[in-house]
Amino acid sequence: MLRYVLRRLAWAVPTLVLVTFLVYVALRIGTNPVESYKRINPRATPAKIQQYIDVNGLDPNYVRGYFRWLVNFVTLDWPRSIKGSREVWPQLKDALANTLRLGTAASAVGIVAGLMLGVFAALRPGGRRDVAVNTAAFVGISIPPYVSAILLQLLFAVYWSRWFGSTLFPTSGVYPPGQMGFDLGLMLKHMVLPTVVVAIQIIAVYSRYMRSSLLDVLSSEYMRTARSKGISERRVLFKHGLRNALIPVVTIAALDIGSIVGGLIITENIFSYPGMGKYFLSAFGEGDFPLLMPWMVIIVASILIFNLVADVSYAWLDPRIRLD
Amino acid sequence: MAFNRFVSHRAAVVSVFILATLVIFVALSPLTARYGVNDAVQAPPNYFLSPRANAWLGTDDIGRDLYSRLIYGVRVSLVIGLFSAIISVVIGCLVGAVAGFRGGRFDDIVMRITDLFLAFPFLVTLLVMRNMLGAISWLTPVIGKLSSVRFIIVLFSIFGWMGVARIVRGQVLALKEREFIEAARAVGASRWYIVRRHLLPNSIGPIMVALTFSVVSAIIGESTLAFFGYGPQAGDGATSLGILVGQAKGAVNTGFWWLALFPCLTLVTIALTINFIGDALRDATDPRMQKEE
Amino acid sequence: MASPVLQIRDLKVTFSTPLGPLVAVRGIDLDVSAGEMTAVVGESGSGKSVSFLAAMGLLPKSATVEGSVVLDGQQLVGASAKVMRSIRGRLMSMIFQDPLSALNPVHRIGAQISEMLRAHQHMTEKAARSRAVELLEIVGIPQPGDRALQYPHEFSGGMRQRVVIAMAIANSPKVLIADEPTTALDVTVQAQILEVIQKVQAQFGTAVVLITHDLGVVARVCERVNVMYAGRVVERSGIHDVFDRPTHPYTRGLLASLPHAGADRLVPIVGFPPNMLKPPSGCAFRTRCLHAVDACGHGIPELQPIGESMTACVRAKEVGVST
Repeated sequence: MLRYVLRRLAWAVPTLVLVTFLVYVALRIGTNPVESYKRINPRATPAKIQQYIDVNGLDPNYVRGYFRWLVNFVTLDWPRSIKGSREVWPQLKDALANTLRLGTAASAVGIVAGLMLGVFAALRPGGRRDVAVNTAAFVGISIPPYVSAILLQLLFAVYWSRWFGSTLFPTSGVYPPGQMGFDLGLMLKHMVLPTVVVAIQIIAVYSRYMRSSLLDVLSSEYMRTARSKGISERRVLFKHGLRNALIPVVTIAALDIGSIVGGLIITENIFSYPGMGKYFLSAFGEGDFPLLMPWMVIIVASILIFNLVADVSYAWLDPRIRLD
Repeated sequence: MAFNRFVSHRAAVVSVFILATLVIFVALSPLTARYGVNDAVQAPPNYFLSPRANAWLGTDDIGRDLYSRLIYGVRVSLVIGLFSAIISVVIGCLVGAVAGFRGGRFDDIVMRITDLFLAFPFLVTLLVMRNMLGAISWLTPVIGKLSSVRFIIVLFSIFGWMGVARIVRGQVLALKEREFIEAARAVGASRWYIVRRHLLPNSIGPIMVALTFSVVSAIIGESTLAFFGYGPQAGDGATSLGILVGQAKGAVNTGFWWLALFPCLTLVTIALTINFIGDALRDATDPRMQKEE
Repeated sequence: MASPVLQIRDLKVTFSTPLGPLVAVRGIDLDVSAGEMTAVVGESGSGKSVSFLAAMGLLPKSATVEGSVVLDGQQLVGASAKVMRSIRGRLMSMIFQDPLSALNPVHRIGAQISEMLRAHQHMTEKAARSRAVELLEIVGIPQPGDRALQYPHEFSGGMRQRVVIAMAIANSPKVLIADEPTTALDVTVQAQILEVIQKVQAQFGTAVVLITHDLGVVARVCERVNVMYAGRVVERSGIHDVFDRPTHPYTRGLLASLPHAGADRLVPIVGFPPNMLKPPSGCAFRTRCLHAVDACGHGIPELQPIGESMTACVRAKEVGVST
C-alpha cells in the first residue's frame, strides 16, 4: 500500500509538470502578461517593460519561459502580481483557507444530507417519498448556483430586512466591513448562505448517487443471504447494505472534494467570499499572470492528490481491490 | 416499447409539453413578443416598472419590456444549446467510435485529454480556453469574435464532445464483446458496415441522452459566462438568457424582484424540463430495462 | 416414516406485477420429514424456489402468500416479522444457488459465520469465532483458522459453497433448504458439495430439501422426490419409483431428456413452460403432453395414488407405466 502511494506520488510530479506546462501555454496565449502589464501601467517605458519581461522570465519561447517560471516557482522566488505589485503567497494562502472552510462545511452538510435522502428514497423504490426525493434532486441539479444565490440574496439582503427589520444572514464577505480579528459567530453567520447554495447542488447529486448505489446493493444476493440469517432488518441494511453501497459513493466524494478547491467560483463571487474562486476570477479579469499560475498549481495538485485518495479509499473499503 | 416507457415517465411528458410551448412561443417571436428587443414600453419615466398591463413582467433599467426580451433571449440560448449539442454529439460520436474501435495509442491520447479537461473545474477551463482561442488571431474568421454567438457555440462544442465521446467509446467497447458483432465479423462484414448497421443503432439511446444533457449544459454554461460578463455581448441589440440573468445580479440590492425572478425561473424551467426528458429517454432506452419485459 | 417436521398445505404465492397478478405457486402440499433428504424437481419458473422462499419469509413485498406452512408445530404463514426472524437461521436455513454472490464481499468469512451464530445464541464474539472455525472444518475447508480471516473473493466457487453450508448449519437447524446448490459449480465440485450436504445431514440430523432441476443430482442423494410443474406438484414418489415407474407424463419427459447409459438419443420435451400470467385451463402440462385429451382441460387434476406414487394426471391409469 505504502509503496503504491509513493509510486503514485512519484508519478504525480511529471504529471504536474506536464499539466502546468499546458496551462502555462494557454495562459500565456490567452492572458498575455506583457499586455496586462502595459494595460495596468499605461505609462511604462519600453525599458521598464523589457525589465519586467526579464525579471519574470517571460521568454517568447514558451518552453524556455516555462522552465524559467518553474525554477522561480520551485525556489519560492515568485514574481509579484502585476496589479499593485504585491506578494502572491499571502493572498493565495488566505484564499485557500477561506475556500477550504466553505468547501468543508458545504461538503459535510451536502454529502451527509444527500446520503441520508438517498437511503430514505431507496428503501421504498417507486414509493411516494422516492418520487419526492427524486424530483427534488432533479430540481436541485437544474438550478445553477448563481440562480439560487441570487434568489437567496434577494430574499435575505432585501426582503428580510424590509419585512422583519433586521438582517438574519449577511450576504457578502466573511466579516462585516471594518471588523478586525477573529469572531467565530460572525464568520459562521456569513458562511450560511454560500454553504446553502453549494450544499443544494451536492445534496441533489449525492442523493441520486446513494439511491442508485443502494438499489444496486439491495437487489444483490448477499442481501438475501443476510436476511436468511434472521438478523434484524436494521443490521441487514447497515452492516451489509450501506457498507457496500458506500464504496462507490466515497470514491466519487474524494474526487469531488479534490475539485471543490477551484469549483466554488460562482458562489464565492456572488457572495463576495474571498476564496480561491474569487481570487481566480479577479486575477483572470486583470490578466494577472503571476497570480494565476500558482493558483493553477494548487488546483492541479489537489486534483492529483484527491485522485490518489479516491483510489486508496476504494482499496481500503473494498477488499477485492488490490493496489500494486 | 421504448415509447411506452417514455410515456410512463409522467414528469417527462409534462416537460415535453412545457418545452414545446416554450419553443413555439420563441419560434413565433414576431407574434408573441410585444415590443422590439430594444424598444421602450412607454415614454420616460419607464425604467424599473413593476409588472403591469403594458409590461407583463416589468421593465429593466432603460425601460425595455422584460417579457419580450425573455422571448428574444431564450431564442438565442436555445440556438446556442441546440447547435453546440449537435456539433458535440457529431464530433463525440466519431471520436468515441474510432477510439473504442481502434483502441491503442489514439484511444489512450483521447482519453487522457478528456480526463484532463473533465478533472479541471469547468468554469476555469472554459474561461482559459475562451481567452486562448480568442487570442489566436488566425482562428477568428472560422470561429468568430470573442463576443459572438458563433464563438460561444464553438467553445461549448469543444467541451461537449468529450462527454459524448466517453459514452460512445464505452458503448463500443461493450458492444465489441457481444456475439452479434463477433458474428458479423466472422462472416467478413467491413468495419464501416458494422459501425453503421450495429454500433450506431445500438448506441442511439445513450447518444440521445447525451444530446439532451449537452443542450442543458450549453444553456447553463452560456448563462454562467454571461453572468460574469464573458458571454456573448448585447451590443447589436441581441440578448440571451444569460445576459438577462446577469442583469438580475444588479437587481438584487435594489429589490426589483421581477428582474431576478423571471429570468431565473425561465432558466430553471428549461434546464429542468430537458433534464426530465433526458432521464426518461435514459430509462426508455436502457437495455437493462428492456430485458425485464 | 417419521413425522413431518415441515408441513406445507395448499400454499399459494401470488406476485402483483404491472401486467397483472402472477400466481407462481398454485396450491401445493409438501411434507419434509426429519432426517430425510427430499427433492423438489422442476424447470425454472415451476415455483419450486418461490415455495421455499415463501416458507422462509424471504419473498419481496409484491408477493402474497396464502395457505399453511407449519414448521415444528408453528404456523409460519402470517407470522410476524419478529417471529420469522427468530426462525430464519435457527430452525430453518437456506443455501443459495450462486455462492459467488451469496456472500458479502466486504466482510471476512469468519465474521459472516459468527454473525449467524450470535444472531440466535448467546455467545461471546470470541466463542462465535472459534465455533465458526470448527464449522469450516466440518464442511471440509483446509486450514480453517486462517481461511476464516479471508474474504469471499479469496475462495474458489466450491469452497465458497462450503462456507455457505457452514453458515447455514451453524445453529443446527431442523430444516436446511438447498436451492440449486450445485448448479453454478463445476461437475467435479458438484459431487463434493453433495457429499458435504449428506455429511452434515447425517451429523446434525437435519431434514434437507434439495431444490434442483437436475434429476441426476436427485438420483445420488435423495429419498423422496416431488416433481413440480407450473406451480403445482404433479408427482410425488420414492426415489426408485420415479426412475423405474414414473407415473406423470411430465416426469417421463424429464427422464427421457436425461442422458443415461443405454439411451440411443435424448428426447426433449416439446414446447415451452406455460406463461404463468395466463396458465392453460385444466392440467397445465396438457399443451406439451403427448397423451392430452379434451378431459385434461377440465379442472386441475389432484394428486391420486398410483401404485406407490402420487400423481396428478387424469389419464395416469390409462396411459400406464410405459417406460
